[in-house]
Amino acid sequence: MTVVDLQNVTFAYGDQPAVRDVSLTVEEGDFLGLIGPNGSGKTTLLHLMLGLHEADSGRVELFGEPVDAFDEGERIGYVSQQATSGGGTMPVTVREAVTMGRFAHVGHGRIREEDREIVADAIETVGIEDLADRQVNQLSGGQRQRAYIARALASEADLLALDEPTVGVDAESRDAFYQLLESLNDDGITIILIEHDIGVVTDRANRIACINTELYHHGDTESFVESDALTEAYGATGQVVHHHH
Amino acid sequence: MHRETRLRLELIGIGATGLLAAVMIGFLALDYLQDYAVAGALYEQYRIAGRLLDYVLGTNVFRHPFMWRSIATGILIGIVAPLVGTYLVHREMALIGETLAHTAFAGVAIGLLFSATTDLGVSLLLAALVVGILGALGVQWLTEHTDTYGDVPIAIMLTGSFAVGTLIISYGRGMTGINVEDYLFGSISVVTPGGARLMAVLSVLVVAVVIATYKQLLFITFDEQAARVARLNVTWYNTLLIVMTAVVVVGAMQILGVILVAAMLVIPVAAATQIAHSFRETLFCSILFGQVSILGGFAVSIGGSLPTGGSIVVVAIACYLLAIAASSRSTTAISTH
Repeated sequence: MTVVDLQNVTFAYGDQPAVRDVSLTVEEGDFLGLIGPNGSGKTTLLHLMLGLHEADSGRVELFGEPVDAFDEGERIGYVSQQATSGGGTMPVTVREAVTMGRFAHVGHGRIREEDREIVADAIETVGIEDLADRQVNQLSGGQRQRAYIARALASEADLLALDEPTVGVDAESRDAFYQLLESLNDDGITIILIEHDIGVVTDRANRIACINTELYHHGDTESFVESDALTEAYGATGQVVHHHH
Repeated sequence: MHRETRLRLELIGIGATGLLAAVMIGFLALDYLQDYAVAGALYEQYRIAGRLLDYVLGTNVFRHPFMWRSIATGILIGIVAPLVGTYLVHREMALIGETLAHTAFAGVAIGLLFSATTDLGVSLLLAALVVGILGALGVQWLTEHTDTYGDVPIAIMLTGSFAVGTLIISYGRGMTGINVEDYLFGSISVVTPGGARLMAVLSVLVVAVVIATYKQLLFITFDEQAARVARLNVTWYNTLLIVMTAVVVVGAMQILGVILVAAMLVIPVAAATQIAHSFRETLFCSILFGQVSILGGFAVSIGGSLPTGGSIVVVAIACYLLAIAASSRSTTAISTH
């Protein structure tokens, strides 16, 4: 089944193009690494996929439905850039944050015992049981990552979308975190990962999309490593930057 | 303190607050229905209880129905203001209450002018409510179209509506006998029977809406983007929150006044955030701090013949400072373990 389907998608902030004529698909069970230089439109592309932005032209489908009509929010677990870097002073415990994963399921109804069990299981899966009653804003970057992943697990998401999840996380926690992602992917969860560390992506992901406003490569990891997409995409930025300054 | 003990204490506090609110709403209902036989008899019981309280405390307060109305309004403010404020503060929208209070002030001015120039008896509070809600929707529209809850649209709205209010008041001067100062600084005597009843109805409404949308409001406050991805209607809940804020502000304006009204939305929440361990606890503690501020403020105000609004805010700030002291002591306690 196709999880995400983009056809000729274009998006601009005012007259500044961010994504131009991108077509790609993400199939069920894929681990897609989304890479590109800074300001290349990676986050914008992810937002377009999730329906946070509306494409200027082209077509976006999520789980076979047009993205603006898609309403099964519980199928997507999303960890935004700001969620992980922002400190915030809001006193929310890990358990409360993970329970938010159940909100799309229960709507205005009550959180029931089975929801609490799912939350407890999710917290256990990512290995932060001992932090369940701590506040999210008191956790280290790596621990916080796990809390957000647990929220996605609690929502029983089929698709996990992560925007640079390991910024500010130490190397050891980062390895453990990517192992966790790999094992979730082995369990059948589709993953879309934005990551600036290209080594990590080529090690873990089975498919790569390399963009710099336009799509330079989309395919399996082996063909990406052999291609010139990386130098082309990053080289293109060099020119653009050079041109502007 | 143990988690269970803390939870039990909080539940007792919230239970007591709920009971107090129920007693007060009961009084306001009986006050309204006192001409009917059964209600009249029950109302008389309240009056007797009031005289008894005065006798025991040696005061001259509780025998007067207007004092009961003010205290009832205060207690309800002490519940709904921190309740809505908890979401506002953690969305970094603390000053939205101040803005909407100034918008509501323009509403009062319009109501005054309307009453003076037409034969229609317009309730000033109702006028404030309508204009306040319109102002809330206006702020919401501005923030949606400027991408952020930046303080610029808020500052424009705040000063703009106050400017309009002063113009209308100045234009209508001489036509009205009502003292605008009461609305600026708040006063116990400004609480009319109708105003207190309005506060009761609005409080029940606000509490019901927050209970029904607790989860959604929490999610959009904590992680708005993720809430959007989870297909929550973020715009709708934001609008709901800001309209509830307008409602609370108009109710609270009667006692606290336009200038001080934001205090009850913000200070009890700030105090609660210092000591609470979870969001639920923050919500509970902020309501408890709200009650302490209101009751303490009334005591100071009545005891010292001082303005009520200022007394309430000063007591609230005292609570906040105590909470800071308590939280820094508990941090040292943890670190010496």
